[in-house]
Amino acid sequence: MLKINNLHASVEDKGILRGINLEVKPGEVHAIMGPNGSGKSTLASVIAGREDYEVTEGNIVFEGEDIEELAAEERAHKGMFLSFQYPVEIPGVSVTNFMKTAINESRKARGLDEMPAKDMLKLIREKSEMLEIDRKFLSRSLNEGFSGGEKKRNEIFQMAMLEPKLAILDETDSGLDIDALRIVANGVNKLKSKDNAVVVITHYQRLLDHIVPDYVHVLHNGKIVKSGPKELAHELEEKGYDWIKEEVGA
Amino acid sequence: MDLKEKLVSSFLAFENSVDVDTYAHDVRSNAIKIFEEKGFPSKKEEAWKYTSLNSILKEDYSVFPKQENALEYPQVKKYFIHDIDTYKIIFIDGKYSSHLSQTTHDGIDVCLMSAALSKPKYQLIIENYFNKAAEKDSLSALNTAFSQEGAYIHIPKNKVVEKPIQIIHFSTGNESATMLQPRNLIVVDENSHVQIIERHQSLTDNPVLTNSVTEIFANKRAIVDYYKIQNDKETASLIDNTFIKQKRESLVSVHTFAFGGKLTRNNLNFYQNGERIDSTLKGITIIGNKQHVDHNTLVHHIEPNCESHQDYKGIFGDRSTGVFNGKVVVEKEAQKTNAFQANNNILVSDKAAINTKPQLEIFADDVKCSHGCTIGQLDESAMFYMRSRGIPEKEARALLMFAFSNNVLESVKIPELKQRITKIIANKLGVNIGFDL
Repeated sequence: MLKINNLHASVEDKGILRGINLEVKPGEVHAIMGPNGSGKSTLASVIAGREDYEVTEGNIVFEGEDIEELAAEERAHKGMFLSFQYPVEIPGVSVTNFMKTAINESRKARGLDEMPAKDMLKLIREKSEMLEIDRKFLSRSLNEGFSGGEKKRNEIFQMAMLEPKLAILDETDSGLDIDALRIVANGVNKLKSKDNAVVVITHYQRLLDHIVPDYVHVLHNGKIVKSGPKELAHELEEKGYDWIKEEVGA
Repeated sequence: MDLKEKLVSSFLAFENSVDVDTYAHDVRSNAIKIFEEKGFPSKKEEAWKYTSLNSILKEDYSVFPKQENALEYPQVKKYFIHDIDTYKIIFIDGKYSSHLSQTTHDGIDVCLMSAALSKPKYQLIIENYFNKAAEKDSLSALNTAFSQEGAYIHIPKNKVVEKPIQIIHFSTGNESATMLQPRNLIVVDENSHVQIIERHQSLTDNPVLTNSVTEIFANKRAIVDYYKIQNDKETASLIDNTFIKQKRESLVSVHTFAFGGKLTRNNLNFYQNGERIDSTLKGITIIGNKQHVDHNTLVHHIEPNCESHQDYKGIFGDRSTGVFNGKVVVEKEAQKTNAFQANNNILVSDKAAINTKPQLEIFADDVKCSHGCTIGQLDESAMFYMRSRGIPEKEARALLMFAFSNNVLESVKIPELKQRITKIIANKLGVNIGFDL
């Protein structure tokens, strides 16, 4: 589904990613862990198509297509979704209207008609119930004045609405209390199938107790320096990242 | 012969041609003297520092339309708010079109200025109100000198006018260049309520210059909501001079939607003569190409316990330019005044420019006055956020612009009008957004 080959990316001539290789197949859950500043969020942004970053070497292949030339919205239309570490506040646009626009634009791009209003309402009701989101919340301006936890829950609500093939969750656990973490993780697990994949980017292991990864990768200095089964996450939690740094440095 | 000379020399023939009482005659004669003395304003004047009329004054305008032109409703239906029942006062090249209009004398007067100026039954109102709010600046004086036609609206006390009133000035472009000088008088008596929508629309690409004066009198506890739709062709220019006198406890709002035209200058002046008055001035400006829009506002707080709220949003693309010059005067007696002013702008092109200048003159010591202006670009991280959810760049940009101007749109009290403005904006931004904000 996703194949990243020797990916190098920089921002303002500063190299951040220095040769990433990663393959994600349908049905898999991958976790990318690493210390602050290792390039985790950059990797997420580059995959999603943020234009501030320049890919200087290597490529990203999604569903068999090199996506370098594709704009962020085209990647979304192909089934990619990025849950933001810091969701942006957009005053004046309600959650509902934002979702309607996003869904209908994606449908338009796929040559489909707009979703009938009745179906849209039903979908919104269904998905908001799954994530235990209050209806009143949906008429509020997008992310404006939301608590950290509300923002993250709203990200997963959007993911549920858009039903992506590949979801990248960037630090989705930060700012969540235990209950919210459980709701969000349940949401993600319910959306999982043999046809889609999830990449969880996190600093800590606690989200991975709920969303159990098939593979764990450690990112350090813009490179994946270690990959392993889910137990690797526990090891990192216990020992921290220093031993990895030493291992790499040695 | 330049435009000023042409106007001055044609005044006498004009004055002799209109059948009017002596009061209006004197007002006109005085006004032409003011115009003759002052001439058109130049950039040397502080209030005109950022707006030059030179490019629009050089046309050879026809000052009086030579022939009467007719329009059929289907041709111009799209310029009306046609999905609701309204009164209509419609002009074609400065002449009243009874065919397109729907006036009334049933308890209220929604009719013509020419009738009000010439018929004895309106004489008292004319003498009490006509030219009593307009300033003696050169452009208003010019309009006064040639004032003949426009809308005349008089709402006697305790009337809630159920239907909005539309005033539309069409120009057919049958002359190579046309100058129009509509003159509106609106008097709303005690406890009455009226909603008015005004629009200027040219139908060809021939140049049009409109120098309009509107006087609005809101008496005790009157409520007036006035909406200006400025979405004209880029060969049409508009100088809109609006003067509003408010008596105690009246509420007046003016919304100005400036999307079109070559050059648009809005001189919007509020005078508060009484306590507990509320004045609202809101605007959305969205322009591109080489368009120019100038909002020049004045709120004069004269008595205690009054409020004013100004909120202007501007989005400027290409090489367009904008001006916001908002003056608030708080007299010494006007204690407990609350005056708010905000002007927020987005420049979507690095060739576009906005000059924004708040001007506060406060002589009272117990007041709350605030002003703020911002100039920025569209938020790039918000753009990426929306695009990553599948909203294309153009639509994402439009959505952000809608969101930016939303609180002004929100305060439009006629739903059909709000919908129309939303459509005009979507059209202007080149998007088809699947929902109404």
